[in-house]
Amino acid sequence: MINLTINGKSHSVDVEPDTPLLWVIRDTIGMTGTKYGCGIAQCGSCTVHIDGAATRSCGMTVGDAAGKKITTIEGLADNGVLTKVQQAWVEHDVPQCGYCQSGMIMAVSALLKEKPKPTDADINEAITNICRCGTFQQVRLAIHAAAKA
Amino acid sequence: MNHMPKLSRRTFVVGTATAGLSLGFNVPFLTSTSAQGAPEINAWVVIKPDDTVVIRIARSEMGQGTLTGLAQMVAEELECDWSKVTTEYPTPGQSVARKNPWGDFGTGGSRGIRTSHDYVRKGGAAARMMLVGAAAAEWKVPVSECSAANSVITHKPSGRTTTYGKVAAAAAQIEAPADVPLKDPKDWKLIGKSVKRLDTVDKTTGKMMYGIDVKLPGMLHATIKACPVFGGKVKSFDAAKVEKMKGVKKVVQVGSNAVAVVADSWWHAKTALDALPIVWDTGENAKVTSASISKWLKEGFDAEQAFVSNKVGDVKAGLASAAKTVVAEYAYPYQNHACMEPLNATAVYTADKCEVWAGTQHGQAAFAAALEASGLPASKVEFYKVMLGGGFGRRGRTDYVTQAVLIAKQMPGTPIKLLWSREEDMGQGTYHPVTECRLTGGLDDKGNLTSLHVRLSGQSILTALRPEALVNGMDPATFAGLAPTGEAAIGYGVPNLLVDHSMRNPHVPPGFWRGVNVNQNAIYLESFMDELAKTAGVDPLEFRRRLMAKYPKHLGVLNAVANGIGWDKPAPAGVFRGIAQHMGYGSYVAAAAEVSVDGNKVKIHRIVAATDPGYAVNPGQIERQISGSFVYGLSALFNGECTVKDGAIEQTNFDSYDSIRISQMPKVECIVMPSGGFWGGVGEPTICVAPPAVLNAITAATGKRYRSIPLKNHGLTLV
Repeated sequence: MINLTINGKSHSVDVEPDTPLLWVIRDTIGMTGTKYGCGIAQCGSCTVHIDGAATRSCGMTVGDAAGKKITTIEGLADNGVLTKVQQAWVEHDVPQCGYCQSGMIMAVSALLKEKPKPTDADINEAITNICRCGTFQQVRLAIHAAAKA
Repeated sequence: MNHMPKLSRRTFVVGTATAGLSLGFNVPFLTSTSAQGAPEINAWVVIKPDDTVVIRIARSEMGQGTLTGLAQMVAEELECDWSKVTTEYPTPGQSVARKNPWGDFGTGGSRGIRTSHDYVRKGGAAARMMLVGAAAAEWKVPVSECSAANSVITHKPSGRTTTYGKVAAAAAQIEAPADVPLKDPKDWKLIGKSVKRLDTVDKTTGKMMYGIDVKLPGMLHATIKACPVFGGKVKSFDAAKVEKMKGVKKVVQVGSNAVAVVADSWWHAKTALDALPIVWDTGENAKVTSASISKWLKEGFDAEQAFVSNKVGDVKAGLASAAKTVVAEYAYPYQNHACMEPLNATAVYTADKCEVWAGTQHGQAAFAAALEASGLPASKVEFYKVMLGGGFGRRGRTDYVTQAVLIAKQMPGTPIKLLWSREEDMGQGTYHPVTECRLTGGLDDKGNLTSLHVRLSGQSILTALRPEALVNGMDPATFAGLAPTGEAAIGYGVPNLLVDHSMRNPHVPPGFWRGVNVNQNAIYLESFMDELAKTAGVDPLEFRRRLMAKYPKHLGVLNAVANGIGWDKPAPAGVFRGIAQHMGYGSYVAAAAEVSVDGNKVKIHRIVAATDPGYAVNPGQIERQISGSFVYGLSALFNGECTVKDGAIEQTNFDSYDSIRISQMPKVECIVMPSGGFWGGVGEPTICVAPPAVLNAITAATGKRYRSIPLKNHGLTLV
């Protein structure tokens, strides 16, 4: 059994330690906000926070995640109160299909924790998630709005 | 060598199948949870006692905003309180049972709004008339003395009021009006307003349910591998090698060309499938390569037989007498849609019932696919649409739905979620078709274009997917943006013009890929316009304008981006400009770009893009489609290519099929300029002007003309 702490709650899971964290979150625990996009840590749809750092959960084994503090998109809002990033996303109508946005929001939330007032260059360096609908213009706008909020 | 194989199973013809369904078929109306028990005023509108308005949407939301736009159209005529609007999808089974009250569910070709604006508005207007009628009847006053606004009905002489929620039950009993007048566009209050999308909050919290998120009790997970060589088949597979692996429940063949592993988790299924020995019967197609396809297409430049779409004057004579001629050859590659959500569908089958959940661009086609695969009568099949994690045309196909049902059939009673790996998604696409193009232009001694021959050579989508739409063998869609008239008409008057197509269909399955045929045609024509202008010694904008006297709407968007970018003023030092215009999906689009090139690094500083969609239902969402189109279009321009080796696609994932990131995204200044009087689409057209505007700017910067994409093959990188 492997013990995981996700969004402050502990889970005991009976899976092989080399299973990617993504699939344990999605299939074993059943939290589906974290998305599968590529499986090779390229697209960022599966981004979660591991001890506060944005991490692509398809590229991390569940064994390596054990004992660490894991936060998923479901763990951001507190009792239904959206975070500043989520509010900026709603205010600026960022998502189109929305599939990549869980990972995008997780990556942005980690960036803002590290750099509360990121420059465009900071954003360019930190946010490497793929969005095929092409929401980048709104993403940038909303990041700056969240930083100001 | 290339082949022209027979149409495969995947080229299932939707129209035929759905037509067959309309006979003697009865599914009881399944009210959805959101509208359950509340009075249905008509097929489009349900009003709950608490005044919540449920608007039914037949088209699929996949990011393009059609759900919100269509709801605005209904709400405009309904005169309801927009803050109380929610939406729901009717199912395709309900549609058949109720004799198709919602029309076409198909969501492609930027058609969501432009081909249903009339009947969805009438749905809202009819519901309003019934609600007002019910109030008038209750008050025993003439309807003419009553009016409705914001979900409140007022009897003007007495000042009495009531709400939609209070009269909904009575309104549902009133006969639908026969004559349903619509508002004059000048009286619109909600159409034309940039209201926010209705589906955003759940997309920021992880709650939105996509196909991949479907969960059913006792559900197992499957993943699949089809023959990498299109048209090939399964020869054999050694299930015993993986059946004992952890979590594996079953190894099954799916149709003639694929094998799936069913397991207790997707990861177990994938791990076992990767270890499963499969022998393929690849056939002759395994000899095909990108080079062999290109050679075959180039032979089409000189083919004597070609389908003619657009013919004015005498091109041959015109070219012969031209003062100068210019010839150039262009090429456009295969491209994968690469929706962020890999294809998937969930199915549960018993002898009495088959139910399927999936994101689809075409509910009716997906339902038909489930019917055919299950072999059950329509009364025992239902299909439930969920949110799409991208579509771009790929989810208009139904191969993944068929596969899910075929797997579920082999494990009756057990729900099966089939999820393709990204690698399967990349290798089993229905790709942007491959074409090449030779353009020959003739200039008179004043530098005017007097003759133009556009010879297209390459693949036809309709031949593969909708052969019933061919016209005497010709694929009219191939000529998008080059046609004489219609929703994708050329915007230049050339005294001698010939646009023709040597159709050559390689074995790689083509599909509708966001923007479809305007994508390559705009690159060909708009790049060549700059080549001609250069030879003529005329400014590229001025060169175009001279040809556009009879095309005021094309010219309108071109002028708008020229003004926006400041074409008449010099660009900043080291920055160079390009411009392009085109028509597609009933809309007029143009773009102007400012770029600088440093060695092999291309930087796009600024884009100005204009769209005239006739009527603009939600300008804010149109702006998002425009700026988003640059992400899709520039990804295609710089990175997007699927190459063929040994009959199969070589790219496997985003590491070999890259998509641009936020750091590469230029600032896009959007000009939404609805001129009124027509309905154009907005989800696709802008994509086609993104590459040629940038290509023309790169040429202005470097002096070098790039005639094939992606630009990574020329060593250029977008930074």
